[in-house]
This record gives sequence, C-alpha cells and structure tokens, in this order.
Amino acid sequence: MQPLRVVLAEDHALLRAGLTQLLEAKDFTVVAAVDNLAELERALDDPSAEAAVVDVRMPPTFTDEGLRAAISVRARRPGFPVLVLSQYVEQLYARELLASGEGAVGYLLKDRVSDVAEFVDALRRVADGGTVLDPSVVAAVLDRRRDTPVDRLTEREREVLALMAEGRANAGIAQALVVTEKAVAKHINSIFAKLDLPTDTDDHRRVRAVLEWLRI
Amino acid sequence: MSSSPAVRPDDVRPDGAVRSGRWAVTGYALLQVLLFVPIVVTFVLVAVSSVLVVVWVGILLLAGLLPAMRGLAGLHRSMAGRILGTSLPAPYLPLTGGPLADLRTRASDPMTWRDLLWMLWAMTFGFVVSLLAVVLFLGVVTLPIWWYGVIPLLRGRAAVDRAILTTGRTERLEQRVEALTASRAVVVDHSAAELRRIERDLHDGPQARLAAVSLSLGLADDLFESDPEAARRLINEARGTSSTALGELRDVVRGIHPPVLADRGLAGAVSALALDMAVPVELALDVPGRLPAPVESAVYFAVAECLANTAKHSGAANSWVSLQHDGSVLRGRIGDDGRGGADLRKGTGLPGIAARLAAFDGTLSVSSPPGGPTVVTWEVPCSPSASSSPRTMRS
Repeated sequence: MQPLRVVLAEDHALLRAGLTQLLEAKDFTVVAAVDNLAELERALDDPSAEAAVVDVRMPPTFTDEGLRAAISVRARRPGFPVLVLSQYVEQLYARELLASGEGAVGYLLKDRVSDVAEFVDALRRVADGGTVLDPSVVAAVLDRRRDTPVDRLTEREREVLALMAEGRANAGIAQALVVTEKAVAKHINSIFAKLDLPTDTDDHRRVRAVLEWLRI
Repeated sequence: MSSSPAVRPDDVRPDGAVRSGRWAVTGYALLQVLLFVPIVVTFVLVAVSSVLVVVWVGILLLAGLLPAMRGLAGLHRSMAGRILGTSLPAPYLPLTGGPLADLRTRASDPMTWRDLLWMLWAMTFGFVVSLLAVVLFLGVVTLPIWWYGVIPLLRGRAAVDRAILTTGRTERLEQRVEALTASRAVVVDHSAAELRRIERDLHDGPQARLAAVSLSLGLADDLFESDPEAARRLINEARGTSSTALGELRDVVRGIHPPVLADRGLAGAVSALALDMAVPVELALDVPGRLPAPVESAVYFAVAECLANTAKHSGAANSWVSLQHDGSVLRGRIGDDGRGGADLRKGTGLPGIAARLAAFDGTLSVSSPPGGPTVVTWEVPCSPSASSSPRTMRS
C-alpha cells in the first residue's frame, strides 16, 4: 500500500518537526510542512496531496485561519480529508467543520498526539472518510440536554452514539463498552431507526447520526 | 412688524441649537408671568409641609409637592435653554425604588435646595423681569423699547435661571472625576484580584505538574539501563501529567481571554457560549465588525456570567440574548423564563459585572420579580475598533 500523502500545517517549529517525524515514522509521506496560510493554500492545491493535518491558529493573524482554510479546501475538493488540531476545542468550530461535508473530517486537541497510536489511528479513519471528534467535544454535547430526536435514544444507545462521534468503528465501541460487536451493531441499527435515517451506505448514516446528535 | 428675522450666524450656537426670536421670547415671558401663582402656591405649601413633617402629614404632602416643584423648575429650565439657545441638563440624583425611597432621594438631593432657592428668585426679581417684558409689549407706546430690549432682558433672566437650575461646569467636572475615581478603584481592585487568582492557578496547577513531569523523565533517564520496564512506566506517567497540565493551562487562558473571542469577536464568542448551554438560547446579535478589545472582553464575561446564572439558579426552559450596536452604544439584553429573584445587590456575580461595565461608563439594570421572568439589560458606549485586524496571539 502506498503511504498516504499528507500536508502538515503548524506554525510552531518544534511541533511541526515533531509531527513530521511522527508521521514519517508511521508510514505517512509529508508532502509539505508549512507554517502559514499562504503556503498552506498552495500546498492544498497540489492534486497529489491526499489529506491534511492543520493547526487552527496560524500566521498572519493568529486567529482561526487554519480552520477556515480547512473548510474552504473542502468546498473546492469535496470530501478531502482534513484533521484539524487545536490547543482549544470549541464546539462552534466542530460544527462548522462537520457542516463542511459529510465525513472525512476530524477535530482533535493537540495533546492527543501524545498518544501516538490513537492519533495515527484517528488520521487513518479521517482519510478513510470517517468522522473523528475530540472526546472533550463529545463530553460537552453529552452535558447538554435538549428536546431533540436524540432524546428518544436509551442511555446505552447514547453511549454508543458518543463513541461513534469519536470516530470509533464497531470493534472499538464493543471494546470500550465491554460488549460483543453484534450487540453494538444492534444498538446502531436501533439508533438509525430512531433518528429516521434512510437506508444508505452504512458510513454515511454513521456520519449523519453524529451530525443529528450535534444538531447541525 | 415682521416676525423674528432670519437666523443670523450669531444666533446659531456651537451645539447647533437656535436661540428664540423676540416673539417667542415674549411668549415665554407671558408664560412665566402666568406661572407666578403656581410657583408661589407650591413654595408656600412646600414650606408648610416641611414643618408638618414632624406630624407625618408633611411627608404625604411632600410626596406630591416635590415632583410638582420639579415640574415647574423643569419647565423654566427648558424655557431658559431655548432663550439661550443651548440645552440645559437637569442634574437630579437618579430615582431608584419605591415611593418612600424616591422621596428620601428627592429630599436629600442638593438640587432640590437649589430649586427652592430658584423659586424665591422666580417669585421676586425674576417675575418682575418677565412682567416688564410683557408690559413693554402691551404698552403699544413702549413697543420700540420692547423691540430692542426684550431679548437682552429675557436673556438676563434666563442666565440667572440657568445659574441656579443647573450645576456649573466645574461642579459637573467634579462629579465626573468622583465617578471616574470610584470606577477606577473598582477596576484596579478587580484586576489585582484577577492577577492573584491567575498566579495561584498557575502555581498550584501547571507549574507543579511540569515539575513532576521533569522529575519523572529524569528518573526514567536514570532507570533506562537497569529497569527499562519502570522507565517506560515513568514516561507514561509523565505523559499523563503533561496532558493534565495542558488542560489546566487551557482553563487559565480561557479565564483570561477566551480564544474564540480573540478569533471571532463578540458575536462569534457569544454564539459559542450559547452552544454550550443546557438551556436553549435564542440569539439576536447585531454587532458589526470588532469592538475595542476591553469592551468585548467585559461584555463577553457579562454574558457568560448571566448565562451561568440562568443555568444554575433560574430553572428556566428558554433564554435569549440580544446584542445591538448602533455605531456609538452597545446595548445588551439577556432574559429567561425562569423563577426570577435575581438581585443586583446580592452575591458577587451581577455587582461584579456592573462594576466592570461601569469602567467603560456602562450601566446595568436587572428586572427579576419573584416568579420571573428575569431580564438583565446593559448599555456601554463604544465605537467600533479602529483597527479591524485581530490581535496577534500565539496558539
């Protein structure tokens, strides 16, 4: 299998070097490691790039240009996988990212890179079209109780949905909840039914269930 | 005889107000003459009621008379303003609460004493001046004197009215300095307390944890050869501790200046706040561009505090936030359909917000009767930020 060709945007030299090293060690090819918006946009226009890992804050204004660049590249190249890393995780930004297309998107706290295996796994899932949300966003949404279709779910189904939002596959969910994969599949089918999600490819329904849960 | 001639440059004051012509001025004089009787009656009644206060009836009488006295004074204040071609402020103390509290405020207001003094003037020399103006007009033979004399005459009276009925420039400046000194003291206290809190948070949290990380890594380094398994455990531990330290640093930064506020400005940051609320929040945000950073920050924390109160105490099912900026004033309203009972004088949250907004000449008011609903309103004068580029801040 060809290594995945990744664009990396991070303005801190140390972190950029560290992330490049980490990705190269884990069989990715870093096609460009940039530290500002202009170079990032140029790198993203390169048709050989297959995914991007982007910091939210970057020069020139050090606000949210990384996020905006991620959303705009997904407008130009629908379904282009982007994993956004940030020192802070903001629900508002998570929604904006998720609204930029179905799947192939991730939003993680920067500290998550310290668990190398988990981080690499997250990037792979995003590249495969999955949705990966930081557990802290998921937890914040869980704290909120609103009158939504999600209220129809049982406690267990909600737990499964939360783990789905973190981007886990059935096997991962089964492991986290200490149940069989079959039980997880049953819960997921029941979630789809309760959220009135049409029969489609399974992946899209997973993403839609997460979007419904975040109420976008 | 023509009415007042076209406006001469001399008659246009810097503030754009136009001085009244001789016809209007004569009309005012007539009105002042007619108001002589009400003024005398009010003055006498006030004097009598003040004596009757000792037998309580006076309090009842004063409750009706003091507003009437203010009405008369106010009428003359606006006439004097028109004659002089400038608007005159009415520098009364603000009224706050029930009828009794209002009466106490009115009675202790130095302006009330000036109103009384003014009545003495208006009943005597002031009356004579106005009467003279009217007589000169009605006397037909004296019309030429009226033609040239009425405006200087009435301006003279208006100048005395103004001197008594409004505070002077110096007095106003003194009041302003007093208000600024008080709000500055609050802001200085507030920032000193904030700095102490930040220092303590950093010292107890991330600093201690980073020291622990360093210690673990040092130990691991030492154990690498002899006990690789223990070294790995220490490194894992260090990783966990550094994650916690980062989390604590994030919380500290959010408490100083939330990143989303730096990124998106007030409207964006308030939208983000609303997303995190358990109670649904309806938003009506009309804040074009960016406001000065200190105002954005103060208003953001005001909204955050109010929404936190709503979530904690109100038991509301719905809430709403509106922010509007009309180019010079930012107006905010937060309401909920909860049980009410919020009080600006209790606790630290609302008074803290009021003090912070006061630093920008902002005002805050709370309406929260028992049983609800609660509505918090504020106004902060501010112009949009001159530089539209966001501040540079490293992530």
